[in-house]
Amino acid sequence: MNDKTELAAQLAVSDQQMIRIQQMHKWYGQFHVLKDINLTVNAGERIVVCGPSGSGKSTLIRCINRLEEHQKGEIWVDGTELTSDLKQIEQIRREVGMVFQHFNLFPHLTVLENCTLAPIWVRKMPKAEAEQVARKYLERVKIPEQADKYPGQLSGGQQQRVAIARSLCMNPKIMLFDEPTSALDPEMIKEVLDVMVELARDGMTMICVTHEMGFAKTVANRVIFMDEGEIIEQNEPEEFFNNPQSPRTQEFLSQILLH
Amino acid sequence: METATRAYPPGEHPDQKPPIGQSGVLYWMHKNLFSSPFNVILTLLTAYFLYLLLPPLFGWLMIDSVFVADSRDHCRELGSGACWGFIGKRLGQFTYGFYPHDERWRVVLCFALFVAACVPILWDGAPNRKKWLYFAAAFPFIAFWLLIGGNGSIAAYGILFALVVVPVVYFSPIDDADGADTGGLTYVLLAVWAFLLIGLQNIFFSTDVDIGIGGLGNVMRTLITLLLIGLTMVPLFHRGMAGKLRRQWATGFFALAALWHFVGGTNFGFSSDHLLTIVDTDQFGGFMLTMVIGVTGIVVSLPLGILLALGRQSDLHIIRWVCTGFIEFIRGVPLIALLFVASTMLNYFLPPGSNFDLLLRVLIMVVLFSAAYLAEVVRGGLQAIPKGQTEAADAMGLRYWQSMRLIVLPQALKISIPGIVNTFIGLFKDTTLVVIIGLLDPLGIGRASLSDTKWQGLSTEVYVFIAIFFFICCFSMSRYSIYLENKLHTGHRED
Ligand SMILES: Nc1ncnc2c1ncn2[C@@H]1O[C@H](COP(=O)(O)OP(=O)(O)OP(=O)(O)O)[C@@H](O)[C@H]1O
Ligand SMILES: [Mg+2]
Repeated sequence: MNDKTELAAQLAVSDQQMIRIQQMHKWYGQFHVLKDINLTVNAGERIVVCGPSGSGKSTLIRCINRLEEHQKGEIWVDGTELTSDLKQIEQIRREVGMVFQHFNLFPHLTVLENCTLAPIWVRKMPKAEAEQVARKYLERVKIPEQADKYPGQLSGGQQQRVAIARSLCMNPKIMLFDEPTSALDPEMIKEVLDVMVELARDGMTMICVTHEMGFAKTVANRVIFMDEGEIIEQNEPEEFFNNPQSPRTQEFLSQILLH
Repeated sequence: METATRAYPPGEHPDQKPPIGQSGVLYWMHKNLFSSPFNVILTLLTAYFLYLLLPPLFGWLMIDSVFVADSRDHCRELGSGACWGFIGKRLGQFTYGFYPHDERWRVVLCFALFVAACVPILWDGAPNRKKWLYFAAAFPFIAFWLLIGGNGSIAAYGILFALVVVPVVYFSPIDDADGADTGGLTYVLLAVWAFLLIGLQNIFFSTDVDIGIGGLGNVMRTLITLLLIGLTMVPLFHRGMAGKLRRQWATGFFALAALWHFVGGTNFGFSSDHLLTIVDTDQFGGFMLTMVIGVTGIVVSLPLGILLALGRQSDLHIIRWVCTGFIEFIRGVPLIALLFVASTMLNYFLPPGSNFDLLLRVLIMVVLFSAAYLAEVVRGGLQAIPKGQTEAADAMGLRYWQSMRLIVLPQALKISIPGIVNTFIGLFKDTTLVVIIGLLDPLGIGRASLSDTKWQGLSTEVYVFIAIFFFICCFSMSRYSIYLENKLHTGHRED
């Protein structure tokens, strides 16, 4: 427990702002999903977002790379504001990697092709160089030997690690994770979390929606609790878990810790 | 007790071969033909029907049939079966229609080139596939020239378009400054427009339009054309050009060359009938006509159908409405009605005096018809692709056309293969409908040949012969689609 919290403390956080969200609102039709979101993320921060189902966690992080459009307020990513301007959206998406709950690998491409696609087509990297980069990251997520297989031939944990490698190949400044382990069997969860811990250790700025509280305690330097579209509470992990302020957070924590 | 039955200690069981399968003819027959009383009855009944059917059929087709004869009566004297001698006598007409006898080599050459162009497209293991694919891209223009004839300018511009303009636009890097890659599409459209301009000239204006630069002299005008064509090719050799400039350069000079050709009327020093005698399309007929309509229909309608399907799913309302309206209209009208419209009504909308080729009008209708069906087939495939696929592509920064071309379409088309090939087969067989508006496809030729008094009453032979031709074509398409499905299967489905 002690060395875990130490890891979080060790990791440096710079005071350079990577993401700034100001008074942001979002609606689905009449339904007010996100209400007055204010959030600043500095370079090197590891943020865990938790909250009950339907509270808007996915929607929030999907707004950061414009998979969802916000209707009010501002979102700045790495100094660029997200508007409906396609060029700015593309610029931001190049710097922001995303890992999905259901991996979303491209089943018709091999693992290697999955990883080289975006560097070649978006970053205009020569194919040979892209493959070299891809192999390096596949090595890092510990599946270099699967490069020529198709995603359908891999286990869930392996697929998710490929998905992480695929994002890393774009050399992003920020990584977004949307419940990366919740579609996995328990023994595969650890292999994916290990990769994520290492990523944090290397100083990646991460926002991670997850219910893996162990992971939150190990690597997060801030935990955010959302409910009904609002950020109810945010704090350092130790404070957050040991001394939750709002009754809703307490209730939520008591529920998930019961399991 | 339990341990006694184990051959190996727990955890040390080696990998073994599966048990040797029971095989052999008898085993197969027992398993597939005689596995139950019901199955036995079915097998016997089928065998009995085959016994009734096959020997007479085979006798009629092969054993008792006559392959060489001078007239129907002659046939009857020689054998009681089919009179293939009649077909043999008419084979030229069945194959080439009324294409001039001395020019038939062009059709044969064209067919040979067609087969050669199919190889790299249909078989991805073909040696030097990339170079062959360039040939395949140029083939339509060569075929057009071979079949119609003329001085070859259409072929020249077509090849320039297919081998220079499109690759330059397609393969030039998209610089960050370019914005969305609809830019590339704009250039292609510009070049297509230039190409159509030349085509229009050939269709509508039999004489060259002279706006006064005729005074330059033929040699000078041709030199300018060649210069413009040469300039079009510069990006191919000058690797250092920026992406945007390359595209603008290639399409710009191509458009200029086309425009110059259009108004200046260069003909490379050859008069329009100089290199290959012009053959009017109303002389096309027989299997050759079927192939022309069928292959053009397939090749043009597939991309059009894909675009329509994408358009129907578009976020832009106008595009969606136009595509949906078009698809629903075309699907709601029988092809015959469209062909009648093509043969009669279309003249109404064209400038008076213009002569819009009937075959071209038929082609347009056939293409539109099958594109509408293909669009629906492809849309089915598109809907089967999980939303996560485009989201992942978006999240990596791929643009709309990139994510369609690289992620969505390869998967959607793969699922749609059976439906696409089904539509192709339907299209191929529907080409016989053109007989109704007076084009002489094999059925038309067959019907005309039946009125020959020397050979009366041989309709069975004629229609069986035509049926065999269509069956071979359609069955090959069907087998190819199965081969393709198996080849594209990549492991388990991802959920
Ligand atoms: N496309 C959509 N259209 C309309 N409503 C939506 C849409 N997507 C999500 N919602 C609604 O918005 C709310 C927030 O959804 P979101 O997916 O962000 O929740 P979440 O916190 O990620 O939940 P979970 O833990 O189940 O993933 C939910 O009530 C959901 O029903
Ligand atoms: Mg969610």
